[in-house]
Amino acid sequence: MITHLWINNEEAVAIILFGIGFTMLLFQKNLLKKLIGMNIMDTGVFLFLASMGYIEGRKAPIITDGVMEAAAYINPVPAGLVLTGIVVSVSVTAIMLSLSVRLYKRYHTLNIDEMYERSRHAAEDR
Amino acid sequence: MEFIRNYPLFTIVLSLFSGVLCYMLKPAAAKIYTLVFEGLLIGMVGCVLFYVIVTGQPFTYVMGEFPAPWGNEIRAGILEAMIALLFLIVEICSISAGHRFLVIDMDESKRNLYFTLVNLMTAALMALVWTNDLFTGYVFLEILTLTSCGVLIVREIGRTTLAAVRYMILNLLGSGLFLLGVVLLYDLTGHLLMVPMRQTIAELARDPQVLPVLGVAVGILTIGLSIKSGLFPFHFWMPDTYGWASPTSAALLSSLVSKAYIFLLFKTYYRAIGIDVIEQLPIRNVLLVLGIGGIVVGSLQAIHTNNLNHMVAYSSAAQIGYIYMGIGLGTMAGYTAAMFHIMAHAITKSQLFVTTPRLAEVSGGTLKFQDLQGAGLKSKVAGLYFTLGAFSMIGIPIFAGFSSKLLFALAAVGQGSHKKIILVMLALAVSSMLNALYFVMTLIRIFTPEGKLEKDDLRHHHINYHLPMVLLTAANLMLGLKSDLVVSLIERGLSMFG
Repeated sequence: MITHLWINNEEAVAIILFGIGFTMLLFQKNLLKKLIGMNIMDTGVFLFLASMGYIEGRKAPIITDGVMEAAAYINPVPAGLVLTGIVVSVSVTAIMLSLSVRLYKRYHTLNIDEMYERSRHAAEDR
Repeated sequence: MEFIRNYPLFTIVLSLFSGVLCYMLKPAAAKIYTLVFEGLLIGMVGCVLFYVIVTGQPFTYVMGEFPAPWGNEIRAGILEAMIALLFLIVEICSISAGHRFLVIDMDESKRNLYFTLVNLMTAALMALVWTNDLFTGYVFLEILTLTSCGVLIVREIGRTTLAAVRYMILNLLGSGLFLLGVVLLYDLTGHLLMVPMRQTIAELARDPQVLPVLGVAVGILTIGLSIKSGLFPFHFWMPDTYGWASPTSAALLSSLVSKAYIFLLFKTYYRAIGIDVIEQLPIRNVLLVLGIGGIVVGSLQAIHTNNLNHMVAYSSAAQIGYIYMGIGLGTMAGYTAAMFHIMAHAITKSQLFVTTPRLAEVSGGTLKFQDLQGAGLKSKVAGLYFTLGAFSMIGIPIFAGFSSKLLFALAAVGQGSHKKIILVMLALAVSSMLNALYFVMTLIRIFTPEGKLEKDDLRHHHINYHLPMVLLTAANLMLGLKSDLVVSLIERGLSMFG
C-alpha cells in the first residue's frame, strides 16, 4: 500500500490537495477562504492531469530531430486539458470575487452565516 | 436533407454569436431578437428530429475531420433532438411569459445583458445535449453554471446575491467532482470521446481488480452531477435560489439547467461507461435510495414551508428525486420513465414559476400563504394556469404528471426485485398523497374569497403571457394524453443511444 502510494506520489498529493480544497470550499465560513479552497481543489486536479500526462524520458510532441515514432513523445492532450481547466477556473474565480465584493458592500462582512443573519433583518429583502 | 446534419452545430455556434449580438442591441430589440432566434432554433431542432426519425439512424458530426479516437464530435439521435426541442420550447415560453416581471426586477439600461446571458445559456444547453465528448461536456457545464449564476443575480436584492453565492459554491463542488471523475476515467481509458471510452471500459470491466477503481471514478462523477442537479441531500439551496430569483430565471434554472445536468449524467452512463457496466456497480442502488429520500423529504419540506415559491421549489426537489429513482431502477422501463419525467417536469415547473409572481402581485407583493387568500380569484387567469400546473404535479389523469407516475410504477413492477417494487410503490403512494395535500391546500387557499373582489386587470395579460401558457398547457396535455407516442419515441431514442 505504502509503496504504491510512494510510486504514485504525485497523484497521491494531488488527491490530498483536492480533498483539502473540497473541505475548505464546503466548510469554511469566510467567502474568500472558500474561494482559495476552490482554487486549491482545481489545482489538485491539474496536478493529477499534468503528472499523468508526463512520461519520463519522452519529449514534447514537436518534431525537431526527425524522430517519427510515437513512443518518443508524450501525449499533448492532458496539457491541453490543464490549460482549458485553468481558464475555466480563472473565470469562475473572477465571478465569485465580484459577487463577494457586492455582498461585502451590502452586509459589511465576509462571513456567510453572518450575511444570512443580517439579510433576515434587512427590510428590503422581504 | 444532408444539410440538416450541420444543424446541431449551428444551434451552438449561432447561440454564442447571438449572445454577443444582444450585448450590442437595445433591450427591446434584444428581446424580440431572442424570441425570433429561439423560434429559428426550434425549427432547426425540429428538422433534426424529423431527419433522425425518417432515417432511423443517429448521426455523428465530426469536427475538424479528425476520425474517432481523436478530435471532437457532436451526435444527434431521437432522444437528443427531443430533449433539445423541449428545452427550447420551455425556454421561449418562460422568456415570453416572464418578461413583464423582468421589467420590474431589472434596470432598463442592463436588460439587454439578460438576453446575452440567456443566449449563452442556450449555447451551453445545446452543447450539453449534443456533445459526444466528456471534456467538452465539462467546459459547457461550467459555462452553464456561470450563466445560470448570471441570470440569478440580475435581481439586485441582497437575498438573491446570497442565494447565488450559495448556489455557486454547491455548483463548484459539483463541477470539481465531475472534473475529477472525468480525469480519472481519462486516466483509466485514455479516451475522452464517449464511444471509444465505452469500448475500453467494456474490456477493463472484465478484470475484477479494475472494477472497484471504475466504481470510484463513476461514483465521483455521479456525486458531482447530482450535487449540481439538486438530488437529496444536496437540495437545500433550491428554495432560496428559486424563491428569490426573477420568475424567468427560476423557470429556466428549475426546468432546464438541472435537467441538462441529469441528461449529461444519463448520457455518460449510457454512452461513455456502458449500461451493462453500470449494472455491476453499486452506484445505481445509491441513486435509487437517494431519489426516494428526495421524494419524501422534498414533499415534507414543501408542506412545512410558509412561502409559495419555496413550496414549488421543494416540490422540484421531490421531482428530481423521481428522475433519479427511474435511473436507479436500472431497467429500460426505468430510464424511459426518467426521460419522460424530465419532459413532464420541465413543462409543468416553468408554468408554475411564471404564474406564482402574478398571484403574489395581486396580494400585495408577498408570497406568504396567509396573504395569498383569494389570489386566484383576484387574478383568475394566473389562478387558472396555476391550477392546471398543480393538477399535473399532483398526477391527475390526462395531465403529464399522471403518465410519468404510471410509467414509474410500471417500471418498478417490470424489474425483478421485490424489495425495490415495495420501496418504489410506497414512495409513489406517499409522495402522491403529500403532493395532493400541499397543492390542494394551496388551491383552496387561493380560491377562498376574501374581502371585495376587484375586477381582474386584463391589461396585465396580453398575448405574450397567454400564448406561452396555452402552449405549455397544450404540451402538458399532449404528454398526458398521447404518452404512448412519446414513450415509443423515447424507447426508439434509447435503442439508438447505445
